[in-house]
Amino acid sequence: MIEGIQIDLISEERLATMTSMEKIRMILDDVRRGTIVILEKGLAPEEQSTLIEMTMREILPDGFNGIEIETYPSRADSPGFLKRLLGKSAPESRLTVIGPANQLRMIKKDKDVISAWISTR
Amino acid sequence: MSIFIQTRNRVSKFLQAFFRKKRTRIGIYGPPNAGKTTLANRIARDWTGEEMGQVSEIPHETRRASRKSDITISGSNGSSITIDIVDTPGVTTKIDYMEFLEYGVTRDEAVVRAREATEGVAEAMHWLREDIDGVIYMLDSTEDPFMQVNIMMIGIIESRNLPVIIAANKIDLPAASPQRIRSAFPQHPVIPISCLEGKNVEDLYEKMVNHFR
Ligand SMILES: Nc1nc2c(ncn2[C@@H]2O[C@H](COP(=O)(O)OP(=O)(O)O)[C@@H](O)[C@H]2O)c(=O)[nH]1
Ligand SMILES: [Mg+2]
Repeated sequence: MIEGIQIDLISEERLATMTSMEKIRMILDDVRRGTIVILEKGLAPEEQSTLIEMTMREILPDGFNGIEIETYPSRADSPGFLKRLLGKSAPESRLTVIGPANQLRMIKKDKDVISAWISTR
Repeated sequence: MSIFIQTRNRVSKFLQAFFRKKRTRIGIYGPPNAGKTTLANRIARDWTGEEMGQVSEIPHETRRASRKSDITISGSNGSSITIDIVDTPGVTTKIDYMEFLEYGVTRDEAVVRAREATEGVAEAMHWLREDIDGVIYMLDSTEDPFMQVNIMMIGIIESRNLPVIIAANKIDLPAASPQRIRSAFPQHPVIPISCLEGKNVEDLYEKMVNHFR
């Protein structure tokens, strides 16, 4: 039996067919199983808000203790005054990495690089 | 007679709406330990003479949102706003009860504290969704502002079109860098302050009067 960690990469096409609740349920079910989830397209602000709330509801002592999440672009890619002028909300986030907080450490993030360190349980 | 009563009801409803305009509720949001409660207490003390909540070096000391009503803040040019201040539990995506053990609490206490903290975060998200009209986003300026939870929270706040002021707290500490916060969130006003020492809080009050009206 090979020891390892599962990584699921979910395509933008697949995400587009899912409702918000389906996405969040899939993420939490996967992450609680120890899977690292990579979304080709990030979650909407509303979905992020619900994800935080549901994550909190599922935390248990000596069990699931939450998620680590990282997304780009963010650094050095702020919308700045253009956004204020046009009244547009922040650009949609692209690739998003989500994993169990007790196994995943984001060690470096740049405008276009996410570096993650994953420990086996 | 019924027409008279109807008209009278309508008039009184109109007057009520006019005089008891819904109070603007300003939520203080931000990660654990940024100094949210310290600021809430300072605002309450400066403008009402009373305290609001318990400050602690232990993260997640505030595990329930707490509200103080009818705080009138005056700016320098004579204008003022009357608001409710809502001090919220720090938002995070992970909570481990073990982290509280370092502060000398027992395991049982730590488990309870962690459970309350998770409820508190969910509650804070709820307030943001339903009951908040403006946000002071509190950051510890000695820490990395690019933490994902900050990026997400600012995005969530922006998607609700709420006015936001970013308070770059703890500028009394040598490692503080409000400039880093400015470059992280150039789209919002950033006010460097020390809630502990009271440094620059007048600037924050001034900004609140202008930004939250
Ligand atoms: N040096 C410094 N410490 C502060 C400042 N504001 C708050 N603190 C400290 O930071 C810790 C957390 O403060 P608290 O208000 O409970 O943070 P909250 O979790 O955001 O409500 C406490 O130990 C405070 O005394 C500040 O301006 N400067
Ligand atoms: Mg607090």
